[in-house]
Amino acid sequence: MTRPELLRVEGITKAYPGVVANSDVSFSIGEGEIHALLGENGAGKSTMVKMIYGLVRPDSGTMTLRGAAYTPSKPAEARRLGVAMVFQHFSLFEALNVAENVALGMENPPPMRELAARIRAVSEEYGLPLDPSRMVGDLSAGERQRVEIIRCLLQDPKLLIMDEPTSVLTPQEVEILFRTLRQLSSEGTAILYISHKLEEIRSLCDEATILRRGKVVATCTPRERTAREMAELMVGQALKTPERRMGAKGEVALGVSDLSVESPIPFGTSLKGVSFTVARGEVLGIAGVAGNGQDELLLALSGELKAAPDKVRVAGQPVGDRGPVERRKAGLVAAPEDRYGHAAAPDMSLVENAFLTAGVRKGLTQNGFVDWAGTRRFAEEIIAAYDVRTPGPDVAARALSGGNLQKFLMGRELMQGAQVIVINQPTWGVDAAAAASIRQSILDRAGEGAAVVVISQDLDELLEVSDSFAVLNEGRLTRPRPTEGLTMDEIGLMMGGAHGMEVAHHVA
Amino acid sequence: MLRLEKRPTPSRFWLYATPPAAVILTMVAGGILFAAMGKNPFEVIRTIFWDPVFGEFAFYLRGQLLVKAGPLILIAIGLALGFRAGIWNIGAEGQYIMGAIFGASVGLAVFPTESRWIFPVMVVAGAFGGWVWAMIPAILKTRFNTNEILVSLMLVYVAQTILAKASTGFLKNPEGMGFPGSRNFSSYPAAKNAFLYEPLGLHWGGVAALVTAVLAYILLTRHQAGFQIRLAGQAPRAARFHGVNPARLVVLCMGISGALAGLAGLFEVTGPAGQISIDFNTGYGFTAIIVAFLGRLNPLGIVLAGFLMALTYVGGEMAATQLGLPAAAIQVFQGMLLFFLLAVDVLTNYRFRLAVGAH
Repeated sequence: MTRPELLRVEGITKAYPGVVANSDVSFSIGEGEIHALLGENGAGKSTMVKMIYGLVRPDSGTMTLRGAAYTPSKPAEARRLGVAMVFQHFSLFEALNVAENVALGMENPPPMRELAARIRAVSEEYGLPLDPSRMVGDLSAGERQRVEIIRCLLQDPKLLIMDEPTSVLTPQEVEILFRTLRQLSSEGTAILYISHKLEEIRSLCDEATILRRGKVVATCTPRERTAREMAELMVGQALKTPERRMGAKGEVALGVSDLSVESPIPFGTSLKGVSFTVARGEVLGIAGVAGNGQDELLLALSGELKAAPDKVRVAGQPVGDRGPVERRKAGLVAAPEDRYGHAAAPDMSLVENAFLTAGVRKGLTQNGFVDWAGTRRFAEEIIAAYDVRTPGPDVAARALSGGNLQKFLMGRELMQGAQVIVINQPTWGVDAAAAASIRQSILDRAGEGAAVVVISQDLDELLEVSDSFAVLNEGRLTRPRPTEGLTMDEIGLMMGGAHGMEVAHHVA
Repeated sequence: MLRLEKRPTPSRFWLYATPPAAVILTMVAGGILFAAMGKNPFEVIRTIFWDPVFGEFAFYLRGQLLVKAGPLILIAIGLALGFRAGIWNIGAEGQYIMGAIFGASVGLAVFPTESRWIFPVMVVAGAFGGWVWAMIPAILKTRFNTNEILVSLMLVYVAQTILAKASTGFLKNPEGMGFPGSRNFSSYPAAKNAFLYEPLGLHWGGVAALVTAVLAYILLTRHQAGFQIRLAGQAPRAARFHGVNPARLVVLCMGISGALAGLAGLFEVTGPAGQISIDFNTGYGFTAIIVAFLGRLNPLGIVLAGFLMALTYVGGEMAATQLGLPAAAIQVFQGMLLFFLLAVDVLTNYRFRLAVGAH
């Protein structure tokens, strides 16, 4: 199938101080084509689309839109020429309703009543249920994304850019989104779809351009390739699937019963009656859309939030009222999601960051004095064992790339010989090769008899590592079920299904 | 167009180059100020920075350096521990006054008893007085989440009022012929903070300052509590994750800085000042804030910064008496030092870049 060409990008190069974000990138998108821009974190996808959307100007290279030279100097110009973009992070005002938010993004908004009618019309036409009079603050992440999409559709774009759109959606919401995108495509709107999720790209996209370190390394038709082949193109090396060593499950190492805590985070989600147990050798995966209590669960398990003593038990010992130090002593280590400022102190060296949590279990203090020589040895062990790319253990944590720092922090917790390990987002922002090795280490530790809780928003990851599976939804945890035999549909329903489907019936 | 860009790692060069650069910029700007006042700027700068150490009266003024530097260093080290942890005790001046009043009260209560235990007990009472005064903002912060900057600062004025009351009322010298002010400790050997080595101006306060500097350095670099102080200041959430109890840290840091300020007050009132008087406090508690930052919040740096600041005090007095420079000009000069220090400090974490093109 050949389509008339919509956008052609030729020889685009963009360098920032110290890093070349894009180097000689060329590709073209046909009218109505769904084109994937695929690559790991830092491969240059975002910079590329920012140039197409007029946020960044390329150093060299040309772009043509329908045969005419295309050099947008600002997003408004790109929009005028028919290029729209839905960002990964939404720019919406929570205290305004849907129609008002849409109006704010328009150059000449029509009267509110007319706009509301148009929003309703577009939302029905494209199967994106959305009530224009609802407050954005009350909407789920999926619904907020629809606001952004509808805002774009009202401009009747020729090219719609979507940056990692599914990271905040439940599987059902992903289906709704894909249906909409396919409909747009059939009506002639091209879509530039940015993602690193291969199965999505295989089911949705017509063509794919794969970026690695700022360069185009391959183009392919996703349907004709396996996810594995694309992953290897993306990473540039053969990938190992984590192996599980099936050990017999041991006795219960972590028991949480009816745990309820207030969220210390403004607009956070309080935990409501969370109960589960994890046995030695077992990996419990906890899924859920971001902001449903994941951070709070980690705080309540690490000891930063306290509860009644018997709400949390480590190896039968009640630790619910204990702080992080006592819990580590009891055998529980935790790894928070936020690397810069929570799991690690960004301005401190890796040695100091090693001491941050390992001081207790590695016996790195004597009469209150820190054994820095011993801490340095431990930091060096982590760097060697987890292949952390760093000039040495004395550099500041923030000088490391996100993936390298994550490897270091994972190593720090996993190498302490704890019998209970809790990790929030183990591979967030980490490249595929490093993610695979982190997952392998988690499974290895479970194989050695540790009880592991993995909290993640990446369903594929959870299905890969976990023995049992539960979902956090508005601070409540579903009953854990064996992972084997779970279907995506069942998982989606556990995650609360498609938020806002009831509105759809309403409208229809 | 110049643009500030965050450095990937803090510059080690600028970390150490900042204080000398700030001193030089202060001399330049101060020189311009003095020139505008009709003084010869080179003469003023020489009088402030050179004469106290190498000039005609250096034999006396050198001793004055440690006398002034001692309390500055003692207070600044306590403040620096708190500042490192992100706890902003601005009220050291008040804690200094209260330390002096508590310590002096103990000594004056037993006047004229002679015992070698009197002075040590006064030292403890002085530290306690400063500690108590610092506990007020500390506990208000941990219990009611009040702002320690405001509370500690306001308590300075309360302390000054108590000081005025003490020198005209409950600590007034009964043989003072009605003049305000307490008995003079110089005529009370058991309670007197005598010079240990006069040519260097060394008294127990100076000893305490230098010993404290070494202890604080060890605390910050080797001890777990020092690690927790630094961690809490740099990454409060990481500190909680590590297991730091924020409330306990506030009480610890405020307590240490209050006690050290109290000690400084006690050594001052029993030594160089000699008595409790209405104008006993001379702003050491505030100047110590500059000293703490000038010394990079590092105890050893603070020792150097304390001497530098003492130099501007001693030299400033010289400039006032010899060249007729108003005292306020000297205070502006000292303030400039902090201003330039904070300004140049930006270079530790940022660098300037010429921005090319639009982004």
